[in-house]
Amino acid sequence: MFTFTMRRLLLAIPTLLFIALVIFLLLELSPGDPMADMPLTIPPEVRQQMRLALGLGEAWYVRFYSWLYLFSVVEPSHVMANMTGLEWLRVEGPRIISFQTRSPVADIVAQRLPQTLWVVGLSYIFGILLAVPIGIYSAYRQYSWFDQAGTFVSMVGFSLPTFFTGPLLMLIFSIWLGWFPIIYDTTLVVDSFYDFGLQLRQMAMPVFVLTLYNAAQITRFMRASMLDNMTQDYVRTARAKGMTEKVVVLVHVLRNSLIPVVTVIALGIPTVFTGAIITEQVFRVNGLGALLITAIYASDIPMVLTLSVVFAILIVLFNLIADILYAVLDPRIRYD
Amino acid sequence: MPDGATPVLDVKNLKTVFATRSGEVHAVNSVSFHLRPGELLGVVGESGSGKSVTMMSLLGLLPSPPADVREGSVMLGDRDILQMGAEDLRAVRGREVGFVFQDPMTSLNPVFTVGFQIMEPLRAHMGMTKAQARDRAVDLLELVGIPDARRRLDDYPHQFSGGMRQRVMIAIALACDPKVLIADEPTTALDVTIQAQILELVKELRKKLGMAIIWITHDLGVIAGIADRVMVMYGGQVVEQGPVREVFADPAHPYTRALLRTMPKLHGEREPKLRVIEGQPPILGRHPTACPFSARCAHSHDRCTRENPQRRDIGQGHDVACFWDHRGATA
Ligand SMILES: Nc1ncnc2c1ncn2[C@@H]1O[C@H](COP(=O)(O)OP(=O)(O)OP(=O)(O)O)[C@@H](O)[C@H]1O
Ligand SMILES: [Mg+2]
Repeated sequence: MFTFTMRRLLLAIPTLLFIALVIFLLLELSPGDPMADMPLTIPPEVRQQMRLALGLGEAWYVRFYSWLYLFSVVEPSHVMANMTGLEWLRVEGPRIISFQTRSPVADIVAQRLPQTLWVVGLSYIFGILLAVPIGIYSAYRQYSWFDQAGTFVSMVGFSLPTFFTGPLLMLIFSIWLGWFPIIYDTTLVVDSFYDFGLQLRQMAMPVFVLTLYNAAQITRFMRASMLDNMTQDYVRTARAKGMTEKVVVLVHVLRNSLIPVVTVIALGIPTVFTGAIITEQVFRVNGLGALLITAIYASDIPMVLTLSVVFAILIVLFNLIADILYAVLDPRIRYD
Repeated sequence: MPDGATPVLDVKNLKTVFATRSGEVHAVNSVSFHLRPGELLGVVGESGSGKSVTMMSLLGLLPSPPADVREGSVMLGDRDILQMGAEDLRAVRGREVGFVFQDPMTSLNPVFTVGFQIMEPLRAHMGMTKAQARDRAVDLLELVGIPDARRRLDDYPHQFSGGMRQRVMIAIALACDPKVLIADEPTTALDVTIQAQILELVKELRKKLGMAIIWITHDLGVIAGIADRVMVMYGGQVVEQGPVREVFADPAHPYTRALLRTMPKLHGEREPKLRVIEGQPPILGRHPTACPFSARCAHSHDRCTRENPQRRDIGQGHDVACFWDHRGATA
């Protein structure tokens, strides 16, 4: 297992380099211009100077190389130093600077990450906590009213896009009832019970919308996986041994059913970090998803490139984690 | 075997129906049989004759829906299993009646160790501690002939061969010293040498533990070798039943006769070619009003297609469900 993990990690390096290069070249070829927002009165020579100042004058491979160096050495050192407080970790020198804000990309990401984790991460956890028991019970009582209702709700939650449910909730709860604020206030600092209440209220709708969506998806998986296993021969063996229904379902069937579900959950974790782009837009949550979108609009190449590659790393990493979990949960799977 | 002993298991008029999309399937029709203490009852019949469904109906192991055990009684001593509540039923399953299923490859749970799966019934029914159950599990694995038993407890089913998995299944079924062991084609999936080993094992265990056994098989040779009585099933019914010697020497039902003729002989003169029974097995779409074998039967006449023959006694504990008088004919 250890050699398998190591091999996969090593293999991930060329994969990620290639992904980074492709993203870089795509951005290179895209028609956007970081100068587009500048006033038209700026004379062309000055404009050219500004382009050079942004580093846009170099050949593309030089720029790719220097980005790569900053991304893999300098930025991680700053992130580590900030996290641990160990100043000697810092590699001095230039940083990856966002065109838009002129501040280091890593600092902006660190600023935005908590919003995303609070809203999107929490809804992922709520989604799982809801979906697993609902999926189990739905499958155990297939075609019961509970199952029918659950299947209906998850179908609705699964097929209604968040850009529909989001505004719908806003209309009902913010505009008609006035219970929750329409705009998510990112600057809110929680240092009293009152602020905590405000934070809960502003999180309520986006978390609800995303929880519904996540729970719908995972419930369907859980239910299908339980149903697959419920008819297996070993279930009959467990019953023939005189095991209680609780043991049959929650030990024998569940343990097998969780294998694919856990894998799917692990594969979904990167989407927690990419931020639910649409939901963040709808509720004005200033998270990573929103950050990526505005960076794309502004042709903020360093930001888009860095974020995209971070997401790619997360995806590759969680794919590996999913594979490892699979082997941990299923004794029949052995790598190496 | 003592002939007069009260049966451990007495099944009367068992009827199991499956609800399917294309209508009902009458898989088991008024099946009655009994099992005396310490007796080995062999059950034969072609594929689809309802052997497995009958046995699973006894313990309520068929998923419902689609299965519906509609009529009958299954007396275990003086209690009817079919009338039991969930808790009493659990106390019977695995404790008083052990079950070995047809397919060893899929009947064990792939994600739990073999030891865990053997210890489960011990802990549930016998109230054993973990350590006690573990020791007993080692004994059981040794009993069914798995070498290095203590170490193998922590292995998973996929680390065992098919034959060994079947032994594990037998060990599980024997765990709580059941009065009755039901073995559904426990050797069909295995190669001949392993089959022989398991048969020897069962003979030995029966002597040692004195349990009554129902042994389902397609192999008449196996029946001849180990069974006291044989029950022949066809189209969801019992068509003939009796002591092995009687039935083999004097088969009364045309189906049993055909079945015995299909048996390749190891000794004596060779059959020119392997015989097959002509025709198709019956469709079990409704409650039968005719003899299920009539369409394939050489002795069939009007009455066989109008009326389903009842089982009649022909002496020496031998009975048959057929209108034809096999002793009067020269077949
Ligand atoms: N779930 C089900 N739905 C509908 N019909 C079923 C179902 N299970 C079994 N049957 C039918 O019941 C009949 C008896 O099946 P059973 O499994 O008892 O046969 P068998 O005698 O054990 O055969 P084999 O020797 O192949 O194991 C068959 O005709 C089969 O089609
Ligand atoms: Mg069968």
